[in-house]
Formats: sequence, structure tokens, C-alpha cells
Amino acid sequence: MSNFEIVTREDFSDVTYLLEVRHPMMAKAAKPGQFVIVMLNEHGERIPLTIADFDRNKGTITLVIQAVGKTTRQMQQECKVGTTLYGMVGPMGIPSPMSHAKKVVCVGGGLGVAPIFPQARGFKEAGAYVIAILGFRNKDLVFWEKKFRDCCDELILCTNDGSAGMKGMITDGIKVALAKHDDIEEVVAIGPPVMMKACADATRAAKIKTMVSVNPIMVDGTGMCGGCRVKVGDEVKFACVDGPDFDGHLVDFDDLMLRLQRYTVVEKEAHERWSESCRMAKPPQI
Amino acid sequence: MAKKKTIRSIPQERTPMRELDAKVRATNFEEVACGYNLEEALRESDRCLMCPDEPCISGCPVGINIPGFIQKISEKNLRGAYDILTNTNLLPSICGRVCPQENQCEGVCTVGDSLEAVAIGRMERFVGDTAIKEGWVNIPHIEPNRFRVGIVGSGPAGMACAADMAKAGCDVTVYEAFHQPGGVLKYGIPDFRLPNEVIDAEINNLKKFGVKFECNTLVGRLFTIEQMIDEMGFHAVFVGVGAGYPTMLNIPGDSLNGVLSANELLTRCNLMRARDFPNFDTPLPIGKRVAVVGAGNTAMDAVRVSLRLGAEKVYCIYRRSRTEAPARAEEVHHAEQEGVEFHWLTAPVAVLDDGKGSVRGMRCVRMELGEPDDSGRRRPVQVKGSEFDFEADLIVYAIGTNANPIMGQTSKLKLNKWGYIGTDDTLATSIAGVFAGGDIVTGAATVIEAMGAGRKAARGMKAYLGIRDAALPYSDTDNSSLFGIDTKERNFARVRVA
Repeated sequence: MSNFEIVTREDFSDVTYLLEVRHPMMAKAAKPGQFVIVMLNEHGERIPLTIADFDRNKGTITLVIQAVGKTTRQMQQECKVGTTLYGMVGPMGIPSPMSHAKKVVCVGGGLGVAPIFPQARGFKEAGAYVIAILGFRNKDLVFWEKKFRDCCDELILCTNDGSAGMKGMITDGIKVALAKHDDIEEVVAIGPPVMMKACADATRAAKIKTMVSVNPIMVDGTGMCGGCRVKVGDEVKFACVDGPDFDGHLVDFDDLMLRLQRYTVVEKEAHERWSESCRMAKPPQI
Repeated sequence: MAKKKTIRSIPQERTPMRELDAKVRATNFEEVACGYNLEEALRESDRCLMCPDEPCISGCPVGINIPGFIQKISEKNLRGAYDILTNTNLLPSICGRVCPQENQCEGVCTVGDSLEAVAIGRMERFVGDTAIKEGWVNIPHIEPNRFRVGIVGSGPAGMACAADMAKAGCDVTVYEAFHQPGGVLKYGIPDFRLPNEVIDAEINNLKKFGVKFECNTLVGRLFTIEQMIDEMGFHAVFVGVGAGYPTMLNIPGDSLNGVLSANELLTRCNLMRARDFPNFDTPLPIGKRVAVVGAGNTAMDAVRVSLRLGAEKVYCIYRRSRTEAPARAEEVHHAEQEGVEFHWLTAPVAVLDDGKGSVRGMRCVRMELGEPDDSGRRRPVQVKGSEFDFEADLIVYAIGTNANPIMGQTSKLKLNKWGYIGTDDTLATSIAGVFAGGDIVTGAATVIEAMGAGRKAARGMKAYLGIRDAALPYSDTDNSSLFGIDTKERNFARVRVA
């Protein structure tokens, strides 16, 4: 368990990439909705990444990552096939509570498309009618469209600029689905907090149960630091051990988004430092 | 024949231990307490009266033969002292540093009745550190048996249990969720109290016993306790996952940016080396004015770490008075020397917002002590109208922890109503073959108590597996004989030799 080897690397765009990591035990144990915490090297930070797929036969788990900050950009540069991660622990979090809903809408926004996949597949395997709604900014960022078409009963693809699928935001896609079906029992939405908030607002009036998967900053991921605390209704919950799935109508998204900002200054500095060191073609200072 | 020592013939004052200068050490993470050298250790060993009562042994949660190892020091037989220590306690460099000796061995020391107690902890640390420097490891002759034992959690309880089970011949694997072993010793206790090198040295010793450490393994989620017994071939399991789930104050402003638990601050700083950012990637919230709420040992660690991270002002806010503070007096003293400002009988009411979602300060209220509550301590009550605000940019909560929920979520282990694992006298849980100890059973306590629990559980596990071994029995059991020799005889024998 000390060697987390990368067996596949795929680049969906210049910001989004996929890593398939060998971990037979985790592949066996992983369930939809769970995540891992990853460390790139000994000096690295711990970051949570949702498990986008798992292959129990092959013994691998799949992570789909967006290069937004220093660590994810460094991983983008360094994680090639045959390289290893210094640390990877999981599967963490309470597995998604797969309900017995007969008709479900699975919504993935941007990178959220990856973690919603195992949930969509899970619901399908449980016998539900699954409508997938995937949203991307434009057609260059689209990935896994075929994977969803093969697995789900319906697929609504949305792009902000209309370059693929219908023109519109995720919420426009939800409106289409709600208009077509009046018997949707549950919505599961994963994506940036502002998108999940919009999805929850879109279903509130129709009183459709809406589950979201929150993505706060984490350190240990095992429930001992409280850094990932979110407000859910009147309570404070830790996303790593009480979540990461919560009732979207109860999550305080404004609080979540505010707390996600608490390191923006150092994040920006670290990112600039990293970009600078790449430009200078010197190894980063360690 | 050596002259018999009396309370008047021994050196009257405890041998002082050199410490780094307070103002300087508050800027770095160098270990504060410098440790004895041989001369100092010898002088202090002279102060032990070798009294017949030996209250120190009963005062020790693991029953170390304290007069025994002190005697060896006085004979300049440091290896012999190390041998005696490691018979009962495998981690002398750790315990010598972090045990609250003043409440344990030193608290009941006979010399302590009239003078300052013998500095048992400092001598233990001296021997442990000498062993690390000299590379001594006591690997006993181990007869391997067919039993596989799994230890969940590589903190002090798990380490102690692993050591005993390995010495008894079992094939031991310790599972740790973090990427480095050590548990609270690594993530919780800062380097200036317990250097990471010391922890790693002790862990390496365990590896020499054949103990395997598997990090990056979250038991409960990667596989369950039940799977360990049913599918993975473990014959017995010890659960020592700790009680790290931090308590928040639940006052307005709790979730503002700049409020964090002591666990988060310490984990970022100690384990993730955030203090060396950007050489290490994990950032730390830097505060110029830091307020830590609480006055236990964790709070002391948090205030002293905050100073070292560059805070100009560090406040310790505690709702009771100094005498009720749970922290070791030595740690409060060190914190004061380093410049921490203590505000006793002060309780937080709200964290104040700067309008942009970050901390601007705190509102507190003065307290006074009223009638005693159930714990016997006088209950603090608010002094009406005494609210006041002060400026701060970082608030750290060090007000206690709860049981980690993962075991309860993923296994059929019976928990008590607070979420801690239920055990019987032998530390057996509701699942056959599964034992538990440390904070996950008792709630937040000390390193040495966790070690004691690990050792106690090991006894239970050996009995469960039917293993007999020649482990030294400790005095807190009903078995008072040493290799069949009755205690009275044993004492008599030793006095005769002297």
C-alpha cells in the first residue's frame, strides 16, 4: 500500500485531466460519492479528490482533476503513467445514500461531471430511470459524453455558449427535465458550490429531494480537524465524516463559499511562484 | 557497604534542567527543555532514597521499575537502566517528555513529602535519549507464533500494544490513516516539546521488533474491523483511533475565516510542516493577534505554536481560574515565560466579523466562580454587564474533543452514549477478538494513559489468544509476584543486596 502507481493518464483539455491509480483494495471498497485525499510528494499538501470511477476487476480507481492551483498544476505536469503518488488514502466519506428513487436526475457541472458518474451508474444498476444533465462552459471542455449516454436513459448536455448540446446553464437543463417529467423523485447535483446552490434553488419550489456533494478545504479527512465544517440546517457537520453528501436544501452555500476563500491570498502566491519556477525551467525550491 | 541515604543526606534541591531562553525559543521550534547530561542525571539519581514503599511504581500507569532504573543510573550503567525501562515502557524518550509526572510517579514520591520530588521523568528522558544517540535497541528473543494481530491507529496506544504483541511472538501490523505514523505524537504535540526525530527513532525500534506499519490506510473505510477478523486473517485486533473530533464553541461567528480548531492548527503546523511554507505546500493562517480558547495541554501547545509562527500578541482565554486549568503547570509556566497573555475567568460570547467574512476580534464576558458542579469544580458564572471586545485575527478553539465517528459508522462495535467504544475490564469490546483503548475508550486523556491502555489490552489479547509469555507483570494488576517471587520477598532480597 505504499506505492500508488498511475496506470493511465488522459487529458480532456488543457485544464482537465484523468489519472487512473492502481489500488486494488480501494477499488474493491470504493462506493459512489466517496473521495480520497492525495499527497503528491513529501512536501505536498493534502487535497481531497472525488473518486470518479472504480474498476474492481482491474484494481484501479479514477480521479478527474482540474488544474486550478499549485498542487493540481504540479500534478498535471508530473503525474504521468508509471509515476507514483506519495500518499493516497480512502475511500473516505459516507457513501452516497442511494435511495430507491425510481426516477432520478444526476447533474454534473464542469468537473462535477466526473464524480456524478458513479452515482448515475449506481442508480441505473439499482433499476432507476436516470436522466443525466451535464454542463460545461464550451464544447472544448466536454468529456465522458459517451460514457453517460451508454449508461443513462436520457442525457441533456448544456454549454454556456451553445457550442455543444443546448445553450444554457445547468439550471436551464433542469427546467427542461422538470418540464418533461413530473415524476422525478430525486436530484443529485455535483459541481462548483454556486452551481449546486442554483440547482437546489431550482428544485426547492417543486419540493424534490436534492442531494449535493460539498467540497470544502480539508486537511486530514478523518474527522479530527474540523476544517471542512459546513452548516447544514441548524447543525454544523464535518464534510469528511458526516458527508460529503448533504441535503442541498439545507446546506448553507454562502457559508461554504466564504470558507473556501480563506487561503486565496497564499493560493495565488503559491500559484504564481509555481508558474514562475516553470517559466524559469528550474526545479522548484525545496 | 554504601552509607544509608536519608532525607537530609541527599542533595536537597532538585537538579535543574537547562531550558532555552524564553524570548529566543519563542521564535523557533527547537526543543525547549534541554535534557540532563550525565553529571546532572547522576546527581539527581542520588536523591532517590530507594525507599521500601516504592509509591512511584504504583503511581506509574504502566508500573515501571523506577527505583531499579535510577539505581542503574547511579552505577553509571546506562545500558542497564535502559534495559529496565524498556522492560515495561518501550518509549522512554517520549514518556520522559510528555508524561504529567507531577500527577503520577513524582506526585507520590517519598522525597516529595518534604523536598522537591525526585526528577524521575527527566532521568527517564536522559536514558531514552542516550539510547537513541547510542543506537541501543533491546530486541528480546522472540518465539514467533501463528497469530496475526492488527492494530488500528499508530498513536501511543497502538504503539504500546504493538510492542507487547510483537514481543509475545505475534505477527503485528499497525494501520495508520495519515501518511506518517505516530498519531497524536506527530500531529498534535509540537516539535519543541517532542521532536519528530524522537518519535521516528522509537518507531524504528518497533520495526526492528518486526512490527509492520501501513500508512495511508483508513480502517473502517478501506476495510472494516469485521473484515480484519473474518477475511484478512487477523486473530485479534486493537482499536486505538483516538478521540480527535474537535468541539466547537457554537457561538456566533464560529465559521468565520480565521476560526479554527487547535487540532487543525497543530496538524498543519506539526505534521504538514506548514511553518515551513512555502517549502512545504500546506498553508497556515497567520495571525498577528491570536486568541486561544481553553487551558488544557492542547491549548498550551496552540498558544506556544502561535508565538513561534510570528504572532505579536497571543492570548489564552479560559472561563475558569488558573488553579482549575487542566494543563500541566510546567506548560503554563513555559507559555508565560514566552510571552503568552493569560486571561483567566473570561469566556467567549461571539467572534466578531470584519464585514468580509473574516475574524476581526472577539467579544468576551468576565466570569466568577460560583457553586461546585458535578465534577467538583466551582462552576463559572457570568458577571452581568462585563462584556468587552478585543481585536484579534485568529481564533483557536482548544476546548476538548469527542470520539472519532468512523468506527461507529463502519462496524458493529457497541459504543456508549457519547460515542466512545464500550469495553470490559480487559478492554475487550463487543466483538470477539477486538479490543480497544486510549482516548476512543476514555475520552481525551494523556499519552501515558494511552500507552497503559495499549499494554493492558495486550494482556487481554494474549489471554484471549491463549499465549503465555514471560512479560513482567505490572503492579496495577492483582498479580503481585515477579517470576513467582512474592513482593515481600522481592523487596527483602533487594535491600539485602544493597
